[in-house]
Amino acid sequence: MDRRVVITGLGVVAPNGVGLAEFTHSIKNGISGIKHNAELERLRFCCQISGTPNISPELISNYFTELELRNFNSSGILYGVIAGIDAWKDAGLLINNDNEPDWDSGTIFGTGNSGVDKVREGIYKIDAFQTRRLGSTAVAQTMNSGVSAYLGGKLGLGNQVSTNSSACTTGTESILMAFERIKSGQAKRILAGSTNDSGPYIWAAFDAMNVCTYKHNNAPESGSRPMSESASGFVPGSGAGALVLENLESALLRGARIYAEILGGNINSGGQRGTGTMTAQNPTAVQKCITNAIVNSGILANNIDAISGHLTATSKDSLEVKNWSNALNRKGIDFPYINSLKSIVGHCLAGAGSIECVATVLQLKQGFIFPNTNCIDLHPEITAIIDESRIPQKLIKKDLNLIIKASFGFGDVNGCVVFKKY
Amino acid sequence: MNKEETITKLKEIIKPYINNVEAFENLTEATDFIVDLNINSANLIDIMLDLEDAFVIDIENQDMEKMLDVKAALEIIEIKLANK
Repeated sequence: MDRRVVITGLGVVAPNGVGLAEFTHSIKNGISGIKHNAELERLRFCCQISGTPNISPELISNYFTELELRNFNSSGILYGVIAGIDAWKDAGLLINNDNEPDWDSGTIFGTGNSGVDKVREGIYKIDAFQTRRLGSTAVAQTMNSGVSAYLGGKLGLGNQVSTNSSACTTGTESILMAFERIKSGQAKRILAGSTNDSGPYIWAAFDAMNVCTYKHNNAPESGSRPMSESASGFVPGSGAGALVLENLESALLRGARIYAEILGGNINSGGQRGTGTMTAQNPTAVQKCITNAIVNSGILANNIDAISGHLTATSKDSLEVKNWSNALNRKGIDFPYINSLKSIVGHCLAGAGSIECVATVLQLKQGFIFPNTNCIDLHPEITAIIDESRIPQKLIKKDLNLIIKASFGFGDVNGCVVFKKY
Repeated sequence: MNKEETITKLKEIIKPYINNVEAFENLTEATDFIVDLNINSANLIDIMLDLEDAFVIDIENQDMEKMLDVKAALEIIEIKLANK
């Protein structure tokens, strides 16, 4: 028998808010976390603005021991552990200090890479014939599964402990992988989420591809412009989002607060066929992913209240809206509300999907649609498809029942998930 | 540097890695790093690197393999310091 899957805990480390309270306040009020980045300017990047979470040493010391912090240099693991532990505690779960692992609980926590700054440190040492001075934690900090391994150890998880990776789809994919595992009865609860490192060594390759904006170095907060005619590329970001997914029975049994239910979703790929390439989505696959998610959730497209878009602020935003419109068979004033968190946090890459899902779930639980910023000049190709009123630029307070969220990534991969108010 | 000073310095270095406070407080030359202090064996590498920095010495891999208790560590540090 399939289990119903609900969300009982949230955690977030975002450029515009670390912790649920600050993040919720920021998204409701359109507060941006995008700032000028002196290091990117020094290194003569085209794009010299970024969305980087602001974390104090005091906060870090609540999550890591002094020993763990010796020679620690992996921002992605840092963000992931903070978001993950926060979500666990937010779900009312205790940290397992028993000798016995918690066999029913696991984590699927994705990332695109791990500890790029630690890798850089290591390469300098290796080239200087100092390989033996890498220390004992260089592997744990730079292996892709570092983040899930740190979380698994801190929480004493005894179920699946794994890291998934599918570029900018990663965060949405981790939620769907966790959903499937709980639904099929293989785990009671999974800490799902994703993270991404910060800094020039992560963002450089995007800068080199000219996909980041270089036009807003003097006005960082106006730089990320999803759905705007003057969108000129994404703003690089980083951070982590985490969600505790749990079977309904277990959540009810322990009297947990339930944020929302996950009805279903879909993961697919355009196979880099047709107009799909390594870096561009095949629109047929995107639409198929959305329609499959709807069918598999057992809902009707007409009942969807809002869309949490991928919408990165590149020339592809119009195509994304067109794909949504075709897949849902809805347009004009009949189109659901649509928003993009990237206007205030930038593109958090592998972390994006999970941070945006946290925002989506908060909207359902608290009944609001956060405003889009930086799109006063909506792209005419978008307004030709959907009515302007569908793209709120002010906070809307409204009871919502169904929100659909999609993420797309390099490799022509797609993920789409349907959240329902519980 | 006399033996007592070396032990004091050694204790300072291994303190962050120990998982048995009582054994650490009652540390003698016979104290074993892994068995008594419950130090994670992977951390022995880090302790060697910290010792190298603190005493400004080079510890070879074959020395490292022998350094499993306080007595062995003191002997190796003493020899390395004498050969400096």
